[in-house]
This record gives sequence, structure tokens and C-alpha cells, in this order.
Amino acid sequence: MDFSSINPVLLAASLMVAATPILLAAIGEMVVEKAGVLNLGVEGMMIVGAISGFAVAVETGSPWLGFLGAMVGATALAMVFAVLTQFLLSNQVATGLALTLFGLGLSALMGQGYVGIKPPSVPKVPAGPLADIPTIGPVIFGHDAIVYLSLLAVLGVWAFLKYTRAGLILRAVGESHDAAHGLGYKVVAVRVAAIAFGGAMAGLGGAYLSLVRVPQWTEGMTAGAGWIALAIVVFGAWRPGRVMLGAYLFGGVTVLQLTLQAGGVAIPAEALSMSPYLVTILVLVIMSADRGRAAFGAPAALGRAFHASA
Amino acid sequence: MKRRTLLLAAAATGLAGAAFADGHEPLKVGFVYVGPVGDGGWTYEHDQGRLAVEEHFGDKVETIFQENVPEGADAERAMTQMALQGANLIFTTSFGYMDPTINVAAQFPDVKFEHATGYKRSDNVSTYSARFYEGRAVQGHIAGKMTETNKIGYIASFPIPEVIRGINSAYLHAKAVNPDVEFSVVWVFTWFDPAKEADAARALIANGVDVVLQHTDSTAPQAAAQEAGNVITFGQASDMAAFGPFPRVSSIIDNWAPYYIARTQAAMDGSWESVDTWDGIAEGMVEIGEITDAVPADVKAEAEAMIAAMAAKEYHPFTGPINKQDGSVWLAEGDVADDGTLLGMDFYVEGIEGEIPN
Amino acid sequence: MIRLEKRPEPSRRVAAITPVLAVLATMVAGGAMFALLGKDPFASIRTIFWDPIFGEFAFYYRGQLLVKAGPLILIAIGLSMGFRAGIWNIGAEGQYIMGAIAGAAVGLAFFPADLWIIFPLMVIAGALGGFLWAMIPALLRTKFNTNEILVSLLLVYVAEQILATMALGALRNPDGGGFPGSRNLAQYPAAANTEIIAGTGAHWGVAAAVLAVVFAHILITRHILGFHVRLSGESPKAARFAGVNPNRIIFFCLGISGALAGLAGLFEVAGPAGQISIDFNVGYGFTAIIVAFLGRLNPIGILLAGLLMALTYIGGEAAQATLGLPAAAIQAFQGMLLFFLLAMDVFTNYRIRFGRSAAAEQRAA
Repeated sequence: MDFSSINPVLLAASLMVAATPILLAAIGEMVVEKAGVLNLGVEGMMIVGAISGFAVAVETGSPWLGFLGAMVGATALAMVFAVLTQFLLSNQVATGLALTLFGLGLSALMGQGYVGIKPPSVPKVPAGPLADIPTIGPVIFGHDAIVYLSLLAVLGVWAFLKYTRAGLILRAVGESHDAAHGLGYKVVAVRVAAIAFGGAMAGLGGAYLSLVRVPQWTEGMTAGAGWIALAIVVFGAWRPGRVMLGAYLFGGVTVLQLTLQAGGVAIPAEALSMSPYLVTILVLVIMSADRGRAAFGAPAALGRAFHASA
Repeated sequence: MKRRTLLLAAAATGLAGAAFADGHEPLKVGFVYVGPVGDGGWTYEHDQGRLAVEEHFGDKVETIFQENVPEGADAERAMTQMALQGANLIFTTSFGYMDPTINVAAQFPDVKFEHATGYKRSDNVSTYSARFYEGRAVQGHIAGKMTETNKIGYIASFPIPEVIRGINSAYLHAKAVNPDVEFSVVWVFTWFDPAKEADAARALIANGVDVVLQHTDSTAPQAAAQEAGNVITFGQASDMAAFGPFPRVSSIIDNWAPYYIARTQAAMDGSWESVDTWDGIAEGMVEIGEITDAVPADVKAEAEAMIAAMAAKEYHPFTGPINKQDGSVWLAEGDVADDGTLLGMDFYVEGIEGEIPN
Repeated sequence: MIRLEKRPEPSRRVAAITPVLAVLATMVAGGAMFALLGKDPFASIRTIFWDPIFGEFAFYYRGQLLVKAGPLILIAIGLSMGFRAGIWNIGAEGQYIMGAIAGAAVGLAFFPADLWIIFPLMVIAGALGGFLWAMIPALLRTKFNTNEILVSLLLVYVAEQILATMALGALRNPDGGGFPGSRNLAQYPAAANTEIIAGTGAHWGVAAAVLAVVFAHILITRHILGFHVRLSGESPKAARFAGVNPNRIIFFCLGISGALAGLAGLFEVAGPAGQISIDFNVGYGFTAIIVAFLGRLNPIGILLAGLLMALTYIGGEAAQATLGLPAAAIQAFQGMLLFFLLAMDVFTNYRIRFGRSAAAEQRAA
């Protein structure tokens, strides 16, 4: 078997691109879940973000306005979820699935005039001579701004949850909404804000697909990325660093299996095709076997509706 | 039992054909699509064919279509629905609709059916398909001439004869003009996943290929090639002209319009009968999109000569001597492949590395 | 000020009325969307909700409703058990695929023998295929405490790859000229899942779905196991106190939902679909999750929800062909229907009150 044709540097650089949409959506969903809300509509929000961002970018000629539009579009959809689950106390699992169904349909309607169009391109962040440093140059420098933004988001969410008062309140709401309510915190407001953040991040991830990674608009183009993002949150045990690790691992295996095929490594293609999922399961088993239930990390109030009785 | 009698009665009296019989109603033509009309590829081109039928016949036809129809039970329902509502001619545009088409056609003997890419026919079911491998031969020629790394990448969907035929045809014609050429085939096991197609293209490019051929429908590989800067591509199913003149240097276009118009005309005249059509460049079902100026003039002239030879049916892309991958003789000098072998092609030709997954 | 006040008991009367209100609200909102798309809203709504049941071709569509609703109900019944116990199997799609593969493989292994035992064997293999696939998350959950949502979901993608491999390899029709896809089981009498009464759409899978509804109803209301399942979901602590073994509940819930999803896959592949093909699965496993919740995890509710969901599919397709509505509009319409149903749910458990609550007034006084 000949692995020599595989260039680890290029692999690392391309896995970052492959992982970014999932990472963005996953870090957003993690915050939502930390607040005790399970939103299974990530796929729907991502695809609405993908078309909103694409449409705005094409109409204005600016990819940055496109990314902004994606965040607005997906957040608007997330607000449907927020109203239903937070004010009308509907079941979160069913509402999230409905959101995905609705989002897929809505995005296809919105995108009818945008098939076969090329979006304005997203420039790389100029890194000057830094990008020419061997090995770390192409891996660390020479990406587009959204890749760095996704890393900043991970760092920001980590710091927010760990060090800020608002982060503490958010976690308290997710652990026990009744206790948080008793302490005078506005449970519903916190959760709505978290859902909005989750929507914006999912939208950004979707737009990264339609504006950078692919880049084009086609119906159903997220092709399950939202579900993977959900899986990555659980995989990451609701910790920002681990979520990032999970997204990069998944992206890495996805890219690696294609690279192995391209390099002519004689492993059956169908086995390679299912490898990202199997590897994710395997790592998950190892990690969960390692920890006791207490350390598992799921917010205690996850998925439970909150109603202030008085 | 009452419902059953009703259904059979409806079918037997040719309820569907009745509307047409009086000669005043427009001919109703139905299309069943496997993807959304906005996929920019396979289904999009079939829908362009439908629109061409509408334009050609004006108010003498009425077209209906249903998109995103899964194969199996849902397809049977979609066709039955169209037949019940009076469709006279129904095009079913995916291989997986084969058995459903035959089943529904048996219930509606007065309705004509046309199934794309299948092999089962009956009195009121025709089949039609396109010789896309002719276009692959042109791509292979241009690719073999233009590659500098002598490495050509091929993004393949599923290991079925249609795809394998394309790989073989492209390889043979690349090899003919460039003996050092190597093919890397990546199987993505999907018809449509733009992100995965983009990743596959990047993986191939990272591995040193400077030509990417694709048998998947999205423009994602084109964009990846554009980003890389020195890689050429070919449009698939649609022209993908937005990526010309470089990296997209040419394309294969599925042009179903002439066939759809001819068959609709036949149904109108009453001259429709069950046929098996496998058309190529000569009949206009396969079109080669504009070869851009990024291709050197001599290569372009050779490619155009090859297209002309195929259009005149003077040249067949699978002409011997050709050996199979294991070295055994497939076609002797001067022999031309028969359609039966081509339709069921499940082997690589000599020189291609790797195995076909199964 | 508008407030929600919890009802002491969920209102049965409201529970019966809200779905009707939700459907009406969807008709208004959906009609507005169709009008925006330039289609006649009244004709669209009539085509979706009325024509399949009472229209000119209802004799055909009524049967198709059963064909579409059968697998949805069968899978949703299984899922509802787990959802009641707080065990989240969202990978029914994978179990459905594996059931179909296992069942079809048994049938194809006997080809072309003509024995009465073949179809019953296939049914067993189908249930077993789905059951075993669901045992993977069950085992990982009980042995390693691995999250079953994630594992069951990821296994869907693995099952899809296995399906493609089978359609292209082991189960490929040897007389199919190299094309993917197995032999057509519907054309192999000994293995075919035929209609019990011809022309009604009621094949064995529909019968199985009805049976599942009845058994689930009895289990939940009358049987100790059903009580344990409910208790585990409502109060895990109380369940442990009552001596319920949580691992047994996990195995039971995942096992039953896997087996039922596998059965649904088998009945589909041997009947309406006919063959194993690359794109055999069409999302029943995911739609069934929605059906389970729409039916409020209640067997009778699931039966009705499955039929309603099937109606929007069948009517939606008819609207595409007759009125030229895009498939996307139908998808968005289904999403709206779900939103309204879920939103109206609130009135079953809560009352709307205007003004301040009694408790607040007391405090103010």
C-alpha cells in the first residue's frame, strides 16, 4: 500500500474547509442545548442560511453581506422554533423536525431563480510571506475569514460559558429552569436568545457551503450536514473544544477517505464511504466508556419545556 | 372489490385516452422526474426538453410534471395519477422507474410510456437513452493532450455500466494521444452531494491531477478547479458555461428536446410504436458544448474532427484492438463493440488501475 | 395581559378539536402561500385535502393512502415506546433499510422456489434485521453509556452505504444486465407482499400496522411493561424505586422500534417498492418521528396522524401534477401543518387567561 502520495499538509488545510460548516452549526447548537433547548432543525436552518446568503451575495455582489443575510434568514426561521417551543410550549423534537421539513421546502422556493449562477468569490485573508512557511503556512494561513471566524466562535463560546455572568445564567437555565426562574432569571428570554444565536451560526455554516465550499446553489445541497452538526454536539459532550475536535475529526475522515481513493490506495471504496460515521461512533464509544455518567455533560433540563406556573 | 372493478373499468375503457380521442383536446404529456427541476443537471435538462415540447407545439399540447419522485411505490403512483388524469404520453426519466413504468403501462394500455435508460419494453413502453460515452471520448482526447502532470482525475458516482462506460471511453482516448496518462477514479457513492463532490475534486487536485472529469451533476468540482487555477474541467449534463472559458473547456450536454418533440409528434399522428432508442451525437441527443480558446487550436481541431466523424457515424469510440483490464482480448483490431456488451459493461479496459467496487 | 394557565388535567375535548383547527389554519396560511406563487388557493387546498378521499379518482387514492400510511404508522408505533421512556431512537430509517435488506436477501436466496414458507421467513428476517441494527445503539448505550441518539442516527448513513453496496453487489439481479437493483420481489409470487384484498392498497404491512396499533394500545394501558415504560420516561427515579431495570427498558424500546421499522422495510421492499435499489429508502424513518409526536405518542393518535401525513403526501403530489405546484411548496406546506398542530397542542394542556393570575393578584393584594 502506498501512502506516500498523501500530503498531510494539504490534507490538514482541506479538512479545515470541509469541517467549517459543521463546526459553525455545531457550536451554535451547543449553546442552544446548553440553555436546555434541543433544536433538531439545524439542517433546515442551514439550508435557509445557504440560500439567503447566496441570494444576498449575488444581488449585492458582496459575500460579506451574503453571510450577514444568511444569519438573518436562518435566525428568522429559528424564531419560528422559539415562538413554538418557548411561548406555545410545543414538543421540541417534533418542532425541530418540522423546522427542517419547512426549511428544505422554503429554501427550494426561495432558490428557484438562483440555479446555475456563480456567486461572488470570497477572498482569502492575505497573509503575505507567512503563507509560504513550510508545513504550518498552508495549514494556519491562507484561509478565508470565515474559517478564522469559526475558530474565534469556538474560543468566544468557551470564554462566554466559562467566565461571564451571562454564560453562567445560560448554563443555570439549561441545568434547572425552575431553579433559575426561582432566582429571578428570565428563562424564556435566555432561551430565545440562545435559539437566535444557534440560528445565526447554522445560517453562517449553510452560507459557507453555498458561497465557499461548493460554491453554488442547488436544492437540498446541505445533504445532511445539519444532522452531522447535531451529532457532533453530543460527540463533543457539550464542550466547545471537543465540539471543534469532533468537527475536525469528521471533516478529516471525510477528506481522508477521498484522498486515499485519489491516491489509489487499495481499500474498497464502499468501506471508505462509511468510514466517517464508523470512526465517529468508535471514538464516541471510547470517550463515553471512559467517563462516568455525571461527567457526561448533557444539560439536565435538555429538551424539557418550561412554564412558569405563577 | 367494488374499488377494484372501478379501477379496472377506468383502465379498460381507456378513460385516459378518451379526452384525446375526440380530436379537440390538446395532447397531454406527462414527465416524472427523480430530482428537482432546479438541480442544474439531469432533471434540469429533461425539464428543458419538456419546455421545448411546449414551445414547439404551442396549445396543441399540455405538459404536466412531478419532480422529486422517489423510485418504487411513489413513482407508480405518480404515473398512475398522470394516466388517470388523462395523460396520453408519459416520460419516466430515471433508471429506477423501470419496473413501475412496466406495471403502470400494463394497466393503461392506451397510454404511451417512454422510459429513460432502462431495458424493459412492452407494446406501450419505449425506452430511450443517450450515448454519452461518445462525449467522453472527446473529453478524453482533450484531457490526454492537455494534461501536463499526466494524471487525470475522475469523480464517479456509482459503479454501474453507464459510469464505467464513460471512464473506459475517456481513458482509451486519453491514452491514445498520451501513452503516459494515468487515471485516478474516486467513487463518491452519490449522484448529488455538492460538498462531497467538491472535496473529491480537491483531493484529486491535491494528488497532482490537472484534469478533472466528473460523472456527478453539480458544478462543485468546477469551482474547486477554478480555485486551484491550473486544472481543467468539463461540464456534465448541463453546459456549466458559467465556468468557461477556463477551467471548463468543454462539456457534454444532454439534449432531450429533439427526441421529446419527435415522440410527441408520433403520438399525435397515431404513428407511435414501441421502440428502443440509443442515440448519440449523430442524432443530436448528445451535444458537445463549446470548446473554449483555452484548448490549443490543433487539439480543438482534432476534437472537432472526432465529433464530426461520430456525427457521420464513421467512428465508434470502442473500436478494437482493446483489451480488458486483466489483459484478455475484448475487441480484435477493427472490431466495434456491440451494444449489448456496452449496455452491461462491468469491466475496466487495460491500463486503468484499481478495481471497480461491487 | 394574556397568560397560559396549566389545566389540572389535559382537556380531551380540546385535544379532539385542535387538530381540526390546525388543519383549517394551515389551509388559510398555505392558501396564502399558494396564491403568492400564482396558483388558485381554493383549487390547491381542494386537491390536497378533498380530492384524494372524495374526488373523481378517490377509488385509487384511498388505497394509496393506506400504502403510504402503513409504514409510517408501523414505525411510529415502535418509536413512540422509546419516546415515552425517554429513549431516543432517531435512526429508524437505518433499521428500516436493514430490515428490507435482510428480508429481501432471504426471499432472493430461495429464488425461484415456490414454497409457502418463504414469505413468513422473510417477515421474520425483516423484523430481525431491524432488531439487530437497533441492538447496536442499545448495546453501546447499556455497556458504554454511549448516547443512542447519535449512534442510531450515524448508523442510518452506514445502512445507506450497505444498501448501495447490496444493490450493486450481492443482491444485484443476475439477469439485469449489470444494472443496479435486485430482482423484483413483487413479481416473485412466493416472496411478494400482496394486497390482502386486491385493489384496496391494504397489503400485509398495513395489516401489521393495524395490529401494532392494537397491541401498543393494550401494552400501554393494560400491561405492566407498558407501565414501566411510561414510568421510566416520566420519572426515572420512581422507576428505579419500583424495581424497573433501566437496561431492560432500553433493550425493549430499541428492540421493538427496530423490529417494527425492519418489518416496515420488508413489507415495502416485497410489495410497493418491489426491489432493493440504491435509493430504496425515501425517509419513512424520519417522517415517522413526526407522526409519533403528532399522534402525541398515543397509538390511536399515531394511526390518525399517519393517515393525515399520508394525505398531505398524496394530495401534495396530485397538486404538483394537476396544478403545477412545485414540490418545494408542498414540503413547506407540510412544515406549516406541523407547526400549527404543534402550536395548538398548547391548548390541550393550558388554558388561556386574560388579565393577571389569581396567584399574582393575591400577592399584589
